[in-house]
Amino acid sequence: MTQKNPTVNIKEAPTGLALKIYNWKKSLKTLTPYLMLVGISLWLGTYYLFVEGWELPRFNKLPGPVEVITEWINPDPDWGISMFSPIYYEHIMISCRRIMIAFTIATCLGVPLGLFMGWSKTFRDYTFPILEVLRPIPILAWVPLAILMFSGFETPVIYLATLASLFVTTLNTLLGVESIDKEYFRAAKCLGSKPHHVFLHIVVPGSLPFIFTGLQISIGVAWFSLVAAEMVSGEFGLGYMIMDSYMNITYVTMVIGMLTLGFVGWVSSALVRLAGNRMMQWRVRALALEGR
Amino acid sequence: MTDAVQSKSISSVSKKKSKLEKMLTNKSLWRGVVALIGAIIFWEVCSQSKVWFGVEIPWIGKVPPPTEVIAAWQKILHYTGYWESWYLSTGRVFAGFTIAMIIGIPFGLLLAVNRYFRDVFFPPFEILRPIPPLAWVPASIIFWPTTEMSIAFVTFLGAFFTIVINVLGGARSIDVQYLRAAQSMGANQWDLFWKVILPGTLPSIWTGAAVGMGITWEVVLASEMISGGGQQGGGGLGFFIWSSYMGGTVAQVIVGMISIGIAGYLSSSFIRYLGVITMPWRRLF
Amino acid sequence: MADQNTSRGAISIRNVTKIYDPDGVNVMAVDDCSLEIPAGEVCMIVGPSGCGKTTLLNAIAGFHSITEGEIYLDGQLLCGPSKPKAEQGADRMVVFQHGALFPWKTLGENVAYGPIVQGVMSKAEAHEKAEHMLAEAGIGDVAHKYPGEVSSGMARRSEIVRALINDPKVLLLDEPYRAMDALTKSIMHESLLEVYDKTKVTIFFITHDLEEAIFLGDKVVVMTTRPATLKKTVDVKIPRPRDYQTLTTEEFRVLVEETKEAVHEEAKKAFDAGERELA
Repeated sequence: MTQKNPTVNIKEAPTGLALKIYNWKKSLKTLTPYLMLVGISLWLGTYYLFVEGWELPRFNKLPGPVEVITEWINPDPDWGISMFSPIYYEHIMISCRRIMIAFTIATCLGVPLGLFMGWSKTFRDYTFPILEVLRPIPILAWVPLAILMFSGFETPVIYLATLASLFVTTLNTLLGVESIDKEYFRAAKCLGSKPHHVFLHIVVPGSLPFIFTGLQISIGVAWFSLVAAEMVSGEFGLGYMIMDSYMNITYVTMVIGMLTLGFVGWVSSALVRLAGNRMMQWRVRALALEGR
Repeated sequence: MTDAVQSKSISSVSKKKSKLEKMLTNKSLWRGVVALIGAIIFWEVCSQSKVWFGVEIPWIGKVPPPTEVIAAWQKILHYTGYWESWYLSTGRVFAGFTIAMIIGIPFGLLLAVNRYFRDVFFPPFEILRPIPPLAWVPASIIFWPTTEMSIAFVTFLGAFFTIVINVLGGARSIDVQYLRAAQSMGANQWDLFWKVILPGTLPSIWTGAAVGMGITWEVVLASEMISGGGQQGGGGLGFFIWSSYMGGTVAQVIVGMISIGIAGYLSSSFIRYLGVITMPWRRLF
Repeated sequence: MADQNTSRGAISIRNVTKIYDPDGVNVMAVDDCSLEIPAGEVCMIVGPSGCGKTTLLNAIAGFHSITEGEIYLDGQLLCGPSKPKAEQGADRMVVFQHGALFPWKTLGENVAYGPIVQGVMSKAEAHEKAEHMLAEAGIGDVAHKYPGEVSSGMARRSEIVRALINDPKVLLLDEPYRAMDALTKSIMHESLLEVYDKTKVTIFFITHDLEEAIFLGDKVVVMTTRPATLKKTVDVKIPRPRDYQTLTTEEFRVLVEETKEAVHEEAKKAFDAGERELA
């Protein structure tokens, strides 16, 4: 988008980084950031006191925050895994690679499937019931079948994560097509569109907001199933790391695994959100004007 | 002209179809039936004849055919163990789910209503939220004295985060005008909460509950499989699937999968039903 | 452009009846309605909410079928007993009640869309013409903005430009200024009158604002409550070009008074019936 008229831009409010810095500065003058700090330290403090300070019964079995953090940043870890051990990154890389494969397959299959289901009623009538019958079966129930159907460790794990994502992506895409105002279809027809124009110019962009909501849920679900699958069967990955440290009674490593998982999961869903915002400038700008 | 109108509308009344008639003439329904029957036949054929024209059928070829599954199902219908696993899993789901609702709804509403409460408690909540519930299983087993309690805890976590997020979103999206209208009619804080915020949040509460119910089933099943529920006499459908798999009876694994699908479907229908009876004003749409 | 258009765009609606059939219960929306709109006329349809005005428009545009009767455009059958639903085409352009600019395209892309998909212009030509037409309508400098970023008035104006770029025979407007405040509305009226004076396109305009109808129209048709049928037709002989000063003339006041009673009566009937409006 080339900006042809500079005079219009000068009048516009600051955007992007400038706006972020402005908002950030403004929020420092309110209580919110300080209360946030209070909240987090309250939580960590309670955790510390219960586990390491007072060593309350049951709590004393869990690793405390000090123990976890010292282990995490220890160049020579007592239990084998910390920020400095290559195996830690190997677990992360392997889980991320699985998620990427599963998420890509699920998106490449699910989005077109959902779009066609929303676009053609006949296609939807034939495919939707099958999807609806399979959907209530929890992904974990597929584990034994996945192991039987695909040999090895890698394929079943990826299959499970893909399956979980696929349902979410397809359904959200379908919802997205259904959410498009009928008037857009009418207007497009009225302006002389052929069916393929309607598909490309109305169905696809119109369902993007829902598709990206779906993709965000889908990547969460993929992590959920991946962890479960890695815990049940698998040789590497964060889920395996957690389960393995539980088995070996190295509980500190287990907590490191959980926190890492949370962080990596958060980053991946933030990436999806970022991609969505890039592809839907029209929506981002309109929402920004509404003050959201 | 009025005569014409009347005669037309009278003829229209006689044309009104009964519900059953409408269902039977519904094209989509029949297409769905055809698709499902087609899928089952496809499954049957593929797994019966494992090799077609010299090409081994991948994936489905290794799964037992539907007829075998039905036979296995008929056999175990008489076993009390099978029904007991239904009972155990459902009990765990509803225990965890109910606790999540009882704690999650007030927590979410408090987050929405009070700014300071939100500023303090939302950040830790957001830090913990991205951790998949199943990653809590080992920690939960360490912490809680019995397997049953640790399963309940993980189940609770699974539903809790979803419910809180939905309640918070729902309560914050209530139109400010409703609050102002109520205040101008003399409502106090207490009335505002019970008469405006709570009913206004109900749709999101039930949406969150429906999603949470789905997650709960996933979590219960997974923790039954991981914690090897059998050791302490745990059982449940997850354990049923896992032990059938270990015992090598694949047809029973599929029976377990279908059973848990049915159970999950029934419980989300139950939640939807609760939603309908508690929100009469939404029935129209 | 002006003189080509004067001879085309005549609509003839003959004994049209429309019965909806949701859930097996028939609802009659339009009952035996006949209306002649000569080429280049601005025909304003006034009636209570949900009376069936939009049904008539949908029939002309080809969104819905009709149950009985015929509709002709320039002597050619659009829809009738042999083909209950008219074909949708670029000769009849609709401007929708809630606005249907595609939110994911900039105003310029929206305007250029029609000629591109119809294959009558190349992309570059269409964009050039779109920008030219937007500039002519006084909104050239927002052509690169998305509909969500501009005011409703600007969006509405570009929607009309999007319709006009296809050089339609008829412009069908479905309460286009419904949600606007009176001040914006009057600006929109002036710009529409300007467009009309330039193109002389036939306009089929639905509204429930009587003064708007008399100000803009050559003919005001008052419809009854559901099932809709013609109640009263008023010819507006106020000379063109009109501007906001027309609103204070004696002629205008007399016309409003003449029509007001008929509209009010129907509005009351519709209100008493208390039915939920059909979409």
